[in-house]
Amino acid sequence: MSTDNVDTGRRRFLVTSTSVVAAVGAGFVAVPFVSSWMPSERAKNAGAPVEVDISKLEEGRMMVVEWQSKPVWVVKRSEKTLSELTSLDSNLRDPASANVDQQPAYAQNANRSIKPEILILVGICTHLGCSPTFRPEIGPADLGADWLGGFFCPCHSSKFDLAGRVYQGVPAPTNLVVPPHKYLSDNVIVIGEDGEAA
Amino acid sequence: MDKLIGWIDDRFPLTKMWNEHLAEYYTPKNFNFWYFFGSLALLVLVIQIVSGIFLTMHYKPDGATAFASVEYIMRDVPYGWLIRYIHSTGATAFFVVVYLHMLRGLLYGSYKQPRELIWLFGMFIYLALMAEAFMGYLLPWGQMSYWGAQVIISLFGAIPVIGDDLTLWIRGDFVIGDATLNRFFALHVIALPFVLVFLVIAHIIALHEVGSNNPDGVEIKKNKDPETHIPLDGIPFHPYYTVKDIVGVVVFLFFFSIVLFYFPDGGGYLLEHANFIASDPLKTPEHIAPVWYFTPFYAILRAVPDKLMGVGAMFAAIALLFFMPWIDRCKVKSVRYRSGIYKANLAMFVISFVVLGWLAMQPATPTLTLMSQLFSFFYFAFFVVLFVTSKNESTKPVPDRVTS
Repeated sequence: MSTDNVDTGRRRFLVTSTSVVAAVGAGFVAVPFVSSWMPSERAKNAGAPVEVDISKLEEGRMMVVEWQSKPVWVVKRSEKTLSELTSLDSNLRDPASANVDQQPAYAQNANRSIKPEILILVGICTHLGCSPTFRPEIGPADLGADWLGGFFCPCHSSKFDLAGRVYQGVPAPTNLVVPPHKYLSDNVIVIGEDGEAA
Repeated sequence: MDKLIGWIDDRFPLTKMWNEHLAEYYTPKNFNFWYFFGSLALLVLVIQIVSGIFLTMHYKPDGATAFASVEYIMRDVPYGWLIRYIHSTGATAFFVVVYLHMLRGLLYGSYKQPRELIWLFGMFIYLALMAEAFMGYLLPWGQMSYWGAQVIISLFGAIPVIGDDLTLWIRGDFVIGDATLNRFFALHVIALPFVLVFLVIAHIIALHEVGSNNPDGVEIKKNKDPETHIPLDGIPFHPYYTVKDIVGVVVFLFFFSIVLFYFPDGGGYLLEHANFIASDPLKTPEHIAPVWYFTPFYAILRAVPDKLMGVGAMFAAIALLFFMPWIDRCKVKSVRYRSGIYKANLAMFVISFVVLGWLAMQPATPTLTLMSQLFSFFYFAFFVVLFVTSKNESTKPVPDRVTS
């Protein structure tokens, strides 16, 4: 085949334009495959709100319920605990819950709750997703004498107080999440749904 | 027989390939103990593929039945326990030989010009292997599978802006669930093995193009017989090194069998005890540690008390290795002829890697966290010291021909 009289400019244009069109086509073909990894309709529809009856919850204790396959903690705090919360403010990253992503507006207060004594949190560490352990005791040997009770993550030693607020100097960047919830009656809470006022 | 081979050769380059890669691939005659690990890695890859294929015949990639199907393999499938233990022991063996193979590369400067691409292909193999091992570890669907995957996937959540959507996309659900298990199974048994095999082929083709390095770090192609053009210090890979490697294989299988038959769970280090409990999304095990081959990087993650910085440091620890051919600016390849500074630096790097690996398996205490920070510093210092000192390193004279 003769290579004389080849219009190289024209050839380069054809090669480039064909490649570009093919690359764009490949990009479009990738869309359905990449999208197929997003949560399916079934996964999106799962995770309906759950009702919790807290009438048997004693002061200083915690119960765990499952919502969207995540552990949700319900803790009944004592008057003493609530009064001690502000004393920790200087040791915390976000004592005033300024980060609005971590709780609904109705829980953006000193106790991070609707009713002061009832604390509701998603029990997933904001660092790398482990579930912290409930450590209500005062001054245990492994957490130090000034520990006033809270949550300790066994994976990477993040610490949170009894309002789910994160301590300084630990890997977790933000406070634990307060899920949307509302009270149906004094003792029945719905987790996963905001109250009408909110 | 000759007629048959002739018939094939007319249609497929059988004899040509045999000669290029085995019978007439000339290899330095001074290979030592460290040169077993490349061929052993290939052997382990075959062991993993074969045992893996048989495991998929009994395993169920379904959140509701996965854990039980592994127990079924262990108890009811004839020799199922053996096949599964071969696969789990093979995972550990893979990382043992690959780490030793990489250390060999560091010792003898095998990543240097003209072998940069061999090193890069090798690093991509290492990366694919880590992904393969991580996804495989989710499949038994025990507590460690579940929470280990939770932690590793959450690492991507540290990336600013897109982090949360990225983790959602990887999991395919708002938490790790059936969708995650099912896709990890697909990647573990189809996608990543393909990638691995492709990279291994590229690694070997690149190696056979430039020729093997050796413990003296001299290029044997510089001294060829004027008549035959065969390197004077070279011997054909087959039969010399195929036979030598068989000895390595026998010794390797000896150790492999000891673990396989006597310590298949490695005292909780190879198959962690918490993984004999079915996954429970509501309860994290008291003490989470990754399997031993990820621990050095995990220790670096834990050492940094900041989410983004910790994740960044961990990825940097792996990424820096890719740049070894350009970080090390010394022309001399082998550690035999390099300065005391380099020897001390490399020794400190290896010690840091091992100590970090140990630290990550311990529960975090303030003292151990301090140690993790110290040895993470040494780990990164290796690259800095190497870059600074290697340009004008006072090296010993390198011989023209290989020694001994």
